Amino acid sequence: MHIMEGFLPPAHALGWAAASLPFLAFGLHSVKRSLQAHPERRMLLGVAAAFAFLLSALKLPSVTGSCSHPTGVGFGALLFGPAAMVPVGFVVLLFQALLLAHGGLTTLGANVFSMAVVGPFVAYGVFRAAAGLGASRSVAVFLAACLGDLATYVVTSIQLAWAFPDAVGGFGASFIKFAGIFGLTQVPIAISEGLLTVLVVNAMARFNAHELRALPVMMAGRKNA
Amino acid sequence: MKLRTWMTWAAIILLTVLPLWFASAPPAEPGAEAPTMFGGADERAQQAIGTVAPDYAPWFAPLFEPASGEIASLLFALQAALGAGVIGFWLGMSVARERARRESTPSSAPSESHAD
Repeated sequence: MHIMEGFLPPAHALGWAAASLPFLAFGLHSVKRSLQAHPERRMLLGVAAAFAFLLSALKLPSVTGSCSHPTGVGFGALLFGPAAMVPVGFVVLLFQALLLAHGGLTTLGANVFSMAVVGPFVAYGVFRAAAGLGASRSVAVFLAACLGDLATYVVTSIQLAWAFPDAVGGFGASFIKFAGIFGLTQVPIAISEGLLTVLVVNAMARFNAHELRALPVMMAGRKNA
Repeated sequence: MKLRTWMTWAAIILLTVLPLWFASAPPAEPGAEAPTMFGGADERAQQAIGTVAPDYAPWFAPLFEPASGEIASLLFALQAALGAGVIGFWLGMSVARERARRESTPSSAPSESHAD
């Protein structure tokens, strides 16, 4: 989902940066408040960040014959709420832009918006909806991480289609083209991320139940967990 | 429960490994060379931009680029190792703490000295 350095026109680059900035500020505020109230969660926030670091470094082969990577931000969104994952995703993307020439500084705003804003918020929303409908915790976590991952790549496709509409078919044709590259490739990878997130959450529930009691992810499916 | 965990791991591995045999090469963009098998989706999107907007030229270049593919994979491995290390440390700590808690609570026997 990394839009390469310089591959968004200046107006778009600036616009997406402006769109991401308030989320980043709110996210920093949210993390600070959460850690002030619960200093013991610092370690857990580190784990959520580590999960995003690990997963977004793994480029996996997919059915389309291309490679892509999971994002890992859904997991943290379930633990700390979606806003907390904005700064975490920002750090991951900044690291990759500066040291790996993967993504870029000019496209950082757009990439933050897809991976660190839309991904976590969709994951969190899906989790709440699934849990509200009575899904078990495993099902809710799977759907959240899987759809949050997919949503990131759909947003990247929208961003590129908006910046580069097809000469004939306009935005729609261009979106189908980019979604064909990003979206289809991502389907099996998103399923993998969903399954892996379920495994991690289950392991946490087993070993750290008391630490997790007040976190959003433990609120759901308590009856049938 | 245990079985389900193993099956989930198996599903993740199959989802990752099976495409290596069953995926066909991605379609070539008109006017561009055929994409490499299992290249990055990001690079394919970059090629697609080239066909949708042939006149577009990137207006900013990365400040620092890994000197080679090997160096890039080194940095990616470092990123993954960093993440995995933190997770492993925390998971090990959690397991040990849980075990210590379980050993110390039910043993109301006063002779138990290594309670922690």
